Amino acid sequence: MVNVIDRRFDAKNRSAVNRQRFFRRYRDQIRRAVGDAIAGRSITEIDNGERIGIPAKDLAEPSFSLERGGRWETVYAGNDQFQAGDELERPTGGGRGGKGGAGQNGEGEDEFVFQISREEFLNVFFDDLALPDLVRTQLEKITEYRSVRAGFTSTGVPSNINIVRSMRGAVGRRVALSRKHRERLRAAEAELEELLRTADDSDPKVIELREEIERLRARIEAVPFIDSFDLRFNNRIREPKPSSHAVMFCLMDVSGSMDEEKKTIAKRFFMLLYLFLTRTYEQIELVFIRHHTIAREVTEEEFFHSRESGGTVVSSALELMAQILRERYSGGGWNVYGAQASDGDNWENDSPICRNLIVDAVMPMVQYFAYIEITPGEPQNLWREYLKIKQIHPHFAMQRIETLSDIYPVFRELFKKKLI
Amino acid sequence: MSAVRTRLPAPSEWSFELIDRYNVEIGRVAAGYGLDWYPIQVEIITSEQMMDAYASVGMPVHYHHWSFGKHFLATERGYRRGQMGLAYEIVINSSPCIAYLMEENTMTMQALVIAHAAYGHNSFFKGNYLFRTWTSADSIVDYMIFARNYIAECEERHGEEAVELLLDSCHALMNLGVDRYKRPPRLSLQKEQARQREREEYLQSQVNDLWRTLPAKDARPEKGDARRFPPEPQENLLYFVEKNAPLLEPWQREIVRIVRKVAQYFYPQRQTQVMNEGWACFWHYTLLNTLYDEGVLEDQFMLEFLQSHTNVVFQPPYNAPYYNGINPYALGFTMWRDLRRVCEQPTAEDREWFPELAGSDWRQSLDFSMRNFKDESFIAQYLSPKVMRDLKLFAVLDDDRNARLRVSAIHDEAGYREIRHALSEHYNLGSREPNLQVQEVEVRGDRSLTLRLNEHQRRPLSNSAAEVMKHLARLWGFTVRLETLHEDGRMEMTQECRGSRH
Repeated sequence: MVNVIDRRFDAKNRSAVNRQRFFRRYRDQIRRAVGDAIAGRSITEIDNGERIGIPAKDLAEPSFSLERGGRWETVYAGNDQFQAGDELERPTGGGRGGKGGAGQNGEGEDEFVFQISREEFLNVFFDDLALPDLVRTQLEKITEYRSVRAGFTSTGVPSNINIVRSMRGAVGRRVALSRKHRERLRAAEAELEELLRTADDSDPKVIELREEIERLRARIEAVPFIDSFDLRFNNRIREPKPSSHAVMFCLMDVSGSMDEEKKTIAKRFFMLLYLFLTRTYEQIELVFIRHHTIAREVTEEEFFHSRESGGTVVSSALELMAQILRERYSGGGWNVYGAQASDGDNWENDSPICRNLIVDAVMPMVQYFAYIEITPGEPQNLWREYLKIKQIHPHFAMQRIETLSDIYPVFRELFKKKLI
Repeated sequence: MSAVRTRLPAPSEWSFELIDRYNVEIGRVAAGYGLDWYPIQVEIITSEQMMDAYASVGMPVHYHHWSFGKHFLATERGYRRGQMGLAYEIVINSSPCIAYLMEENTMTMQALVIAHAAYGHNSFFKGNYLFRTWTSADSIVDYMIFARNYIAECEERHGEEAVELLLDSCHALMNLGVDRYKRPPRLSLQKEQARQREREEYLQSQVNDLWRTLPAKDARPEKGDARRFPPEPQENLLYFVEKNAPLLEPWQREIVRIVRKVAQYFYPQRQTQVMNEGWACFWHYTLLNTLYDEGVLEDQFMLEFLQSHTNVVFQPPYNAPYYNGINPYALGFTMWRDLRRVCEQPTAEDREWFPELAGSDWRQSLDFSMRNFKDESFIAQYLSPKVMRDLKLFAVLDDDRNARLRVSAIHDEAGYREIRHALSEHYNLGSREPNLQVQEVEVRGDRSLTLRLNEHQRRPLSNSAAEVMKHLARLWGFTVRLETLHEDGRMEMTQECRGSRH
């Protein structure tokens, strides 16, 4: 009688399109919110979803409506004390106002809050950094695979045919399928030879034997030289890449000239490197070194948030890095990555020392070293010295950065290699 | 009837077989009470799908728009964090009447939802005059399919953004896109598609005719005799835009029309919230209690049912922290129950207030009220002193000319009529929403459109009006103005928004 329809297995996510459109429309706000979230996050937490809040007034859907004001008579329930004619104070803040009333309240507290997934979060993060799509997909993938040989299969694409195997199979099949006929052929030939000694060609038995031989030859001939059944293909399966651990050194100049904005850019630079590394290595240790005239190893919190002033001696940080490398990460199995951010100011005589330190003590130990100079100004002596290193070492990358989208090129070299 | 009936099991897990058996029993009792309903289609859905349905205002099919995505996100957040339960049911005013059941519900809840939605709401949709006049239950789903396909096609042809901007503007004016008095013609998918093309061409020619300026050199004097357009003020803004906006292209007119149709479809629901929800609560309560009296339902079923039921129809007092106005479920349920009481056990007071009801056949009386009223008139007609006393209603007057609020009436002999009037006014969409009409279009001049707000009780427009005027200007294509006719007769030019298309 009643029509019951089970819709539970129907297409899910009917709202996906609408959701996407919502994101597209409020891209700027969402990006801003993601930016704030990044500032508040630790580098290692970059890989999660996020709660996003957008000021509600930005996405209001306006319509004509009436406001509190003029004359309103409202009915309430649950009278416990009033008599007709009682007068009361007008409540402030519109808390009990019922309809209307909106807009008088503080606007800041009205936020439209929603959850975005890890993919959506990273997407926005990548948008800022102007990552090419191919790299994006690389990063969004959780595990990396490499394909390894795993024997042979009977199906596959032509380019994977294993010729030796296939031909061997064909020979075997041909032998097996024609064995009976060959035996009979040999016997018939022997018989014919025997017979020809006594009889001549017109003997009906000879003719019969000849015909049989003819037939058997045709039979043997008819066994195909190669059959689709014989084909063997090289088999490859995807195997998760063996992962080992890595250590990432974050070096940052915290002298007076590095302001908050520069630090934010530096933070994203470190985050992106971290994110790249998480795709390749299972375990990543982070070492934070900050420096002005002397270098110190600090926690992430201190690294980004406390500020010191004074001159700048970059070599102090490099020395400390080299020392930590020797002490803690000299055993095999560590993949070392270095990332240095600075505004380019350095004490004049220190820059050649830096170059020597990097060439002699750092580069031999690391897989990759990236340097960014966050400044709109002219390059300083440190930049010129580093340029010399770049000529010798392909694993050394450097970039001058003004906006966020300049960060990615630093990694381009690194990931050209990885993408192959 | 008197035969001993088999008792229905009430496990917490539902099954298709049980749903069917419960439905048969509920349907039998409902028919016994003389309810009349559309064929029922019950659909089992997941909570995720329920959120989808929420986002598209309950329609099984809807066109795409970012605002639905926003609603989805809001619902999802509330639900995931456990701040908010989802409604147990959504029911669609269509024929067959589609009722959604969530798979998480227990058997008791499913039975409650069936009684509430598939019989309660369903019979209301079929019987109430507003729904009968203004919605076409048998073709709404078809029409929504047409709308979605048409809009998708427009997006392909004209770009998503152009369509989105247009829809934004239409949505802003949606509340003013309804005919309050005129009955729209019936729709069906094929007819609609066939007629849509005709309409496109015809409309365009009409509009051009209106704006034709060439034969202006005739003998008539230029001024003074200029014919006024529109001849009478127009309340249906979207209709007016669809028919008369000078620059809209045919596809844009069609989209305006679609939004207008959807608005019209939901208009009766906005006007019958108390009646409709109350009616559904009244019937799930009555039907399930009848079944219990017959011995069909288990005690444990009734306990669970009553707990949910009382949660739904609870009216918190005004000073409770979670007070959120009058609960339409509570008010509606109480009123329908009270109507039945007045019919069956009238007191002297009832005989005085409702002489025609007291002692009448309650089924007929309730059926009559269900068919012929909307919230405003239903309350004005049937809110009894007993209900006012039970709910302890009182009215507070907030006049911005007075420094203090004044309690204008309470639930006593002197206040009954005042409260009844105030509450009825509260559900009167005409006074709750601004009364705006298209007053004049400057046909010969700058083509500007003037909207007039007829002020009521000196209630001002909210700030968002400026935004809405921009949307109107976008649709109209030329300058739009808003004038306010104050209650003391003053006329004031309130807003002006220059049209800037493209």
